[in-house]
Amino acid sequence: MTAPVIDGWFTVDDGTAHLLGTRCSDCRTVYFPPQTGLCRNPHCDGEDLTGTRLSRRGTVWSYTNACYPPPAPFVTAEPYVPVTLAAVELAEEGIVVLGQVKDLTVEDLHVGMELELTWGPLADGPPVWMWGRP
Amino acid sequence: MSAVILGAGMHPWGKWGRPFTEYGVAAARAALRDAGLAWSDVQFVVGADTIRNGYPGFVAGATFAQAMGWNGARIASCYAACASGAQAIDIARTRILAGLCDVALVVGADSTPKGFFKPVGGDRPDDPDWLRFRLLGATNPAYFALYARRRMALYGSTAEDFAAVKVKNALAGSLNGNARYRRTTTAEQVLASPMVADPLRLMDICATSDGGAALVLASDDFARRHGASGPVRLAAVSTVTPTFPGTVLELPNFATDSTAAVPPPERTFRASIAHAAYEEAGLGPGDLSFAEVYDLSTALELDWVEDVGLCPPGEAEKLLRAGDTALGGRIPVNPSGGLASFGEAVPAQAIAQVCELTWQLRGRAGARQVEGARAGLAANQGLFGHGSAIITTT
Repeated sequence: MTAPVIDGWFTVDDGTAHLLGTRCSDCRTVYFPPQTGLCRNPHCDGEDLTGTRLSRRGTVWSYTNACYPPPAPFVTAEPYVPVTLAAVELAEEGIVVLGQVKDLTVEDLHVGMELELTWGPLADGPPVWMWGRP
Repeated sequence: MSAVILGAGMHPWGKWGRPFTEYGVAAARAALRDAGLAWSDVQFVVGADTIRNGYPGFVAGATFAQAMGWNGARIASCYAACASGAQAIDIARTRILAGLCDVALVVGADSTPKGFFKPVGGDRPDDPDWLRFRLLGATNPAYFALYARRRMALYGSTAEDFAAVKVKNALAGSLNGNARYRRTTTAEQVLASPMVADPLRLMDICATSDGGAALVLASDDFARRHGASGPVRLAAVSTVTPTFPGTVLELPNFATDSTAAVPPPERTFRASIAHAAYEEAGLGPGDLSFAEVYDLSTALELDWVEDVGLCPPGEAEKLLRAGDTALGGRIPVNPSGGLASFGEAVPAQAIAQVCELTWQLRGRAGARQVEGARAGLAANQGLFGHGSAIITTT
């Protein structure tokens, strides 16, 4: 696998993708993208955010697609195939995470359905996390 | 003591690619004429910044003051995404309320490139606004579409409802000489326009526009001395930030806050913006004669109708279908034609909303006049926790 498009946001272990967040050791609030330093919960003085892997399954909060090629710095494939996006709610973390959707179109999706984390390449090669059929 | 609006002025919205300064100065001169004041009377200038026009855009207050001809006035410039204009108004009225000046000029103007808004250039992997394009191709309409689809799932809204918002706003915009789009439209035309970000079509989504808007604010003492009779009053300017944890996926973020430790706040961010304005004005939604809300998409207008308290969640379509939010209805929403008719000129837009409030409350909105208008609200929301709600009264 070529280097991920961004360091430290996700990893692929034996073909299984994981989102990498952080969790406050004091109040247990979860952060994605991973925050470091101070906890952002205004009621918490925590300064120790440690790495945590997020749940790999969640339910669709909402979804859409990009019928026209998004502008740079996105790199579009030729010919352009509409990118599908889903915002997926992870129950345990109480967080909604946006990602591209792999091998599904908006016709295949509905709010509330379960998706699982996977990964795939951007048009110029580097891998990124994606949501896919469990 | 309160701050009043002595003058309102706009340069029409369009797409000409001329320097933003030109639009801003034209709007400022129009506002001064409207106020019956000279440029030399202005003691304080606040510019709402534009981030797409180089250094002059980052110091908009100075840029406009220099273009008008340095007059020694103090200046401020501010950037708050879509709420930039409202924050500029807030800065000006605060200085007036503090007794530090009598007359302030607030100006916002933009000149925009064609197509999707894209991030400022260069490789910036530490900027979420750059990363969302790089990693996901998530444009602004993608986020509007997520809200629209969610609304359909929660409340059963339909593409026809969204189209009806456009038809309503296009009709109002056809009566507004400052609007960029002045043609009426039909639901069939909206539904036949190309899909951009499912379920939103081209005609559901607001364009990016050039334009300029300006206000002359003054203390009520000055207004009396100046002989202004019954000027429109700034009853509230709310620029509150979100309360942790936010559970709506906001531009340009990759994720919401986590509710693992703290339950969601009582109100969503958009609802809290309006709530703070009502508290400050001592008014409620039932006191409004009309509202200008930030219809970045047709579906988002329906969200806003609920967020500003005109009806409970999930019932905005009922108001729409009954004609309540149309011109001539019980509580017109976007009598100016809204962003649907203007397109967005970011730093000018919140000021333009207040221009419309001013003209409506003076009873001088012509063919789109809301009968007997006594109180109006303007609301918007932008990136990075910015938003505003302004209430004006007669």
